[in-house]
Amino acid sequence: MPREDRSGSVAMPEDALLGMRDVTMRFGSRVVVDSLDLAVKPREKLAIIGPSGSGKTTILRLAMGLERPSAGWIRIDGQYLWHTERNGALIAAGERQARRARRAVGMVFQQFNLFPHMTALQNVTEPLIHVLALKRSEAHDRASDLLTRVGLATHFDHRPAQLSGGQQQRVAIARSLALRPKLMLFDEVTSALDPELVGEVLNVIRDLAHTTSMAMMIVTHEISFAADIADRVLMFDHGRIVEEGDPQVVLRQPQSPRTQQFLKAILER
Amino acid sequence: MSDQSTPTLRDYLPLLFQGVPVTLELTFASIIVVIIAGFTFGLGRSSKSRFIRWPAGFAVEVLRGSSAIAQLFWAFYVLPFLGIDLSPFVAGIAVLGLNGGAYFSEVVRAAFASVPKGQTEAAVALNLSSWFRLRRIILPQALPLMVPPFGNALIDMLKFTALLSLVTIQELAYRADAIRSVLADAGPVYGLTLLIYFAISLALSAIVQRLEVVVNRWAGRTGHVQDASASPERRSSGVPRWAFGR
Repeated sequence: MPREDRSGSVAMPEDALLGMRDVTMRFGSRVVVDSLDLAVKPREKLAIIGPSGSGKTTILRLAMGLERPSAGWIRIDGQYLWHTERNGALIAAGERQARRARRAVGMVFQQFNLFPHMTALQNVTEPLIHVLALKRSEAHDRASDLLTRVGLATHFDHRPAQLSGGQQQRVAIARSLALRPKLMLFDEVTSALDPELVGEVLNVIRDLAHTTSMAMMIVTHEISFAADIADRVLMFDHGRIVEEGDPQVVLRQPQSPRTQQFLKAILER
Repeated sequence: MSDQSTPTLRDYLPLLFQGVPVTLELTFASIIVVIIAGFTFGLGRSSKSRFIRWPAGFAVEVLRGSSAIAQLFWAFYVLPFLGIDLSPFVAGIAVLGLNGGAYFSEVVRAAFASVPKGQTEAAVALNLSSWFRLRRIILPQALPLMVPPFGNALIDMLKFTALLSLVTIQELAYRADAIRSVLADAGPVYGLTLLIYFAISLALSAIVQRLEVVVNRWAGRTGHVQDASASPERRSSGVPRWAFGR
């Protein structure tokens, strides 16, 4: 649908998979995301970097519909997250509309958030059965394919507590992938891992980035990883985009002093 | 064979033991009220809407903050004047159950609050329905935590049923007291009554232990513990070992 853009600012590309317009998120008096305009195209791999507390995780939580923005709208795959459109005007909508829009999105969390009382396999099959209404046997097939693909063919019946952090995170990735989202969100997925387990998780994501058509938004501190897989990098600070563009530019020859300073601090760690 | 003129405890044993089913009935009826009231108040107090949260909090504070005996007398002697004529049984069960429920509501609230927020968020991100979230994600993690305190509540109810002797219900304590008044010696009848309460409470503990196994199995926690400690890999999970021990 063509949209009237009364503000006259950057028009949202019609082919955007995710669109955020003028999105602001306040917690009390603190502005965490400040009038953000963002579009993610289908298949696009977008990396988001920035200091902690800059609001980058909040962008993902907004895109997933875990937070409701204080102002602005978010549209995913043609569905508004918290609005419906009537006679060309946007009307606030509730949880039911949000559920419709969330179908296109999946998210992997920093703390994995696997269901501890279910096996690795059940963690993947249960949403397939109850959200996509797959038959148990179909769900089992899809789940075992995916778990095998993330290198856990021998761990189907393990509980999360019996798995290492890296293994848990790979189950979490398989669990999200199984629902076949068009957009996957990765929220600092290696930050809670022991250093020697980071590689196995990054390799899985790298493989996905290179072999699937899913769009991805990746919040990460792994700069070389971001440079490797991202089509576009976004530097975020104090709730605003500081700099964005090609990873070779933003990560290798940043123009903004804030980005230069941030990358210097990270690389000298 | 006892002398006609001086009755002994033996003559009154049937009378005393007839109090046991009454006491059990009161205990089970009030624990059902405890469960219903506990979940209602507990979930009410964790509601997002203050129009639910405040009344629930008020009810809990009133029930916890005033004497159960005073409430009992009130339900038994005052409510009839207000046109609410409850049988001693119903009044007694309601007062005991609501009291126990007020305490148990804190257990319910704490158990739900102990489930990490990330569990709900992951379920939302997977687009699971709120009913599935409650039934298959949150409850299996919260319910096992409630079972041991539930055992306490059950035994509390057993002991509190003795209060109902004050409002003419002929349960165990009432009968013990009546029998004591016709016997020369109070020791044996009260001693036996203590033993009966103790035996019932042992039986209730055994039931709760069994319940714990059943709930843990339903919640998918069986095998969890042994397997977990057998696995060398779980050291590297971020979750401390004690979090899964029971």
